[in-house]
Amino acid sequence: MTGVDDRFVLGGVEFGSRLILGTGGASSLQSLEQALLAGGTELVTVALRRVDPDTPAGLLDVLERCGVRLLPNTAGCYTAADAVRTAHLARDAFDTDWIKLEVIGDDRTLLPDAVELLRAAERLVDDGFTVLPYTTDDPVLARRLADLGCAAVMPAGAPIGSGLGISNPHHIALIREAVRCPVILDAGIGTASDAARAMELGCDAVLLASAVTRAADPVAMATAMRHAVVAGRLAAQAGRIPVRRHALASTAAEGLASW
Amino acid sequence: MITVVVNDKPRPTRRGETVAELLNGLAVPSRGVAVAVNGEVVRRADWPAHRLLDGDRVEVLTAAQGG
Repeated sequence: MTGVDDRFVLGGVEFGSRLILGTGGASSLQSLEQALLAGGTELVTVALRRVDPDTPAGLLDVLERCGVRLLPNTAGCYTAADAVRTAHLARDAFDTDWIKLEVIGDDRTLLPDAVELLRAAERLVDDGFTVLPYTTDDPVLARRLADLGCAAVMPAGAPIGSGLGISNPHHIALIREAVRCPVILDAGIGTASDAARAMELGCDAVLLASAVTRAADPVAMATAMRHAVVAGRLAAQAGRIPVRRHALASTAAEGLASW
Repeated sequence: MITVVVNDKPRPTRRGETVAELLNGLAVPSRGVAVAVNGEVVRRADWPAHRLLDGDRVEVLTAAQGG
């Protein structure tokens, strides 16, 4: 069940790591590079923004040195039309048809707009993209996205950058049951136990950014996440003991000395 | 001369200038760049042939940290 047989295949590509990292929030490119290497990730998100002569260049160089695959996102888009346009621009800029589809509905929670998300996903699947939608923890919406042909569904554990962890673990487990494609817990992770929990709930991978890039020690937290994802995956497959209300002695009563 | 608007800033430009020529005159990275004109994506392969018109709104985008 583990090791070489436990392959993670996403969009037809096999990955050795089930940790996907975002690049947002890093204080410097040097700090980002160290964290990416410590996390052992093989897939990394990037955004598309206006060329700014004051922004230090070199993000793509860093990602190339780390040997990671790019996952462009549509962060900041509020309508299907904007997200679709951004995805096409990203395809032209980065020579990849993979897209982390974000269509935000509210600037306070940054939660997805379900209606616009479905609209954009349908269009991008038709346009030949490998669509990885950031979605809510609604199992029905996840199934609708999977039915459209998305390569994975990526439910939020909690709002982006909140560090709240997984607000509704039951729904994440239901999503895993509802779809056949990979389920990637995206957003809300605060610390390593959250990532391990996502994997224990049956998720195939975890996508996080702020939890690492905004940690006091991003390299240490990236290392923790790397281990947490592996530990959670192993635990999910190990057949955990049932939860019970009363103790079950681990030491046999038989042969106990009598005084 | 014509004026095009590049990332919200007006820019005097030679009549008949192409997207490729415009980019040559801007400090843009050598890769990871995408362009839209008036909201429509102009693909890299079309940059040398796509001529800009007076008042065109050009977006020049590149990789940024995010997600």
